[in-house]
Amino acid sequence: MTINPKAKLEETQDGTVVYNFDPLIVKSHYEIDYVHSYAQDSEFFKALGRKELLGSKCKKCGYTYGTPRGHCMECGAETEWYKLPNEGKIHAFTTCYFGGEAFLNETPFHLVLVEFEGVDSLFMSRIIGVDTEDLYVGMPIRAKFRRNLKLNPTDVYFVPKA
Amino acid sequence: MKNKGQDVYMISGGVTKFTKASPEADFRLRTKKAFDYALNDAGMTLKDIDGSVASYFSDHFQRQLMSGIMAQDYLGLTPKPSKRVEGGGATGGLSFQAGVEEVASGRMNTCVVYGFETMSHVNTWKGNEFIALASDTNFDYPIGGFYTGYYAMMATRHMHEFGTTVEQLAKVSVKNHGNALHNPYAQSPMKITVEDVRKSPMVSYPLTRLDVCAMSDGAAVAILANEEKAFELCDNPVLIKGIGTGTDTMRLSDRPHGKVILLPNETEADYKNLKYPGIHSFRAGRSAAKEAYQSAGITDPLEELDIVELHDAYTSSEIQTYEDLGLCKYGEGGHFVEEGKADLKGKVAVNPSGGLLACGHPVGATGIMQAVFMFWQLQRTIKKHFKDDALQIPNAKRGLIHSHAGTGTYVTATIMEAVK
Repeated sequence: MTINPKAKLEETQDGTVVYNFDPLIVKSHYEIDYVHSYAQDSEFFKALGRKELLGSKCKKCGYTYGTPRGHCMECGAETEWYKLPNEGKIHAFTTCYFGGEAFLNETPFHLVLVEFEGVDSLFMSRIIGVDTEDLYVGMPIRAKFRRNLKLNPTDVYFVPKA
Repeated sequence: MKNKGQDVYMISGGVTKFTKASPEADFRLRTKKAFDYALNDAGMTLKDIDGSVASYFSDHFQRQLMSGIMAQDYLGLTPKPSKRVEGGGATGGLSFQAGVEEVASGRMNTCVVYGFETMSHVNTWKGNEFIALASDTNFDYPIGGFYTGYYAMMATRHMHEFGTTVEQLAKVSVKNHGNALHNPYAQSPMKITVEDVRKSPMVSYPLTRLDVCAMSDGAAVAILANEEKAFELCDNPVLIKGIGTGTDTMRLSDRPHGKVILLPNETEADYKNLKYPGIHSFRAGRSAAKEAYQSAGITDPLEELDIVELHDAYTSSEIQTYEDLGLCKYGEGGHFVEEGKADLKGKVAVNPSGGLLACGHPVGATGIMQAVFMFWQLQRTIKKHFKDDALQIPNAKRGLIHSHAGTGTYVTATIMEAVK
């Protein structure tokens, strides 16, 4: 047992950043690393390293997905992996001049929703090698893949079809 | 609805002025101010309240979990029953409906729904990042997650599908910012032109800074009651005539391309070649409207609604929403605003308050704010609360409030009706 009436907290030099005194506004820092599992979507990300774009197909009703999902939204049955074509068309597009903080240094960038021949749903991606004026709905485009993977969906991106 | 339960009335409301940042008060004090305004306006005290619903969207903005109970505590409502309801941008609309259900079910005679958000504790770009985390973090967020970008793609598709123009989008901004000149609670009232909108900095093509709502600090409160309590506590209550809620897939890429969900005033022949909803329309908005109209007995919305307060986080979504709500046919939304049909003195006043574009969008408060402004409109007390009657729609009898979450994932529609 220790009873010490003279106990004293050790002083530190780190202080705090103050933005305003009235009302008192201070800096509060926060950061975190997540242990993020791709779980049932894992195969999609692994396939990007083989330069393959995987969607899914419902085993029961045959609905095909341009972005994979483990179970079918139409009938609830399990899906199987389905190889998508490497070429498609622009369904919709935009150019982002601002964005979330994590992506600000990449602006401006183009986002597209891609439609694939014979596939029921779409795929969201980026397109490079074009200006906003060049983009149009129906534009034929082609998938390209990073050689050094980041293991996120930016490992695939699109360019205009030659 | 199979069972509507007891009739529910709104009997009072309060809103704080929405601002970019109000560091002098935290969310509890802001909510308290809106709550006290509502209590005082109806001459009520704490003991008149049976329970509550807390409406707020994100725990990230303040890094404070359980904000709901902190507000409940600060308002002096403990130990009464309460719960938090959350559904992205539609949090306010969903919470309001949860309050309606508390009273309709007979569990509570009176229920207060309080909504708040404090978005000023992070910078705008971090805020955009937090909001983008409300998209699929495996497939959508890492591409450059940015909600304005998602809506911009929906806008370019709407333009492709129906010939909607950027000038038509801009007209929504001109209308709503202009209406807000007479709303003292609005964050950004502005007299602007179509040219101003197009010349303002591009955020995500085709949406400019003036096509997009701002982040805000704010709170709003609505008090609901059953018939007996409503007429005991309030001499001019407003009936909640019907509620509807719809949902859609989180990922835009998953939206189907099928048949239009028809409203009573439409036929299949209207949409022979339209693949629906695709990404040009909000199926959840249409589903919500259909359920709400059914429960309120509305068959011709344009004729039967006097006011609509809808979720115009983007000018494009206001145009898309005219169509979802059946104020016009799919594809006619651009012309609807262009022809002045949504103006203050138009066919139906849409966002007479200024909407999210001009009032601001403190997420959890937004849907409740719409309820409060609609309540005052239907009570015909706008002059009393705004100190200006320019926005009062004369003889307003029936209105619709519409709350909407990211890319149309959750949408609510609630019909409110004057009883006097």
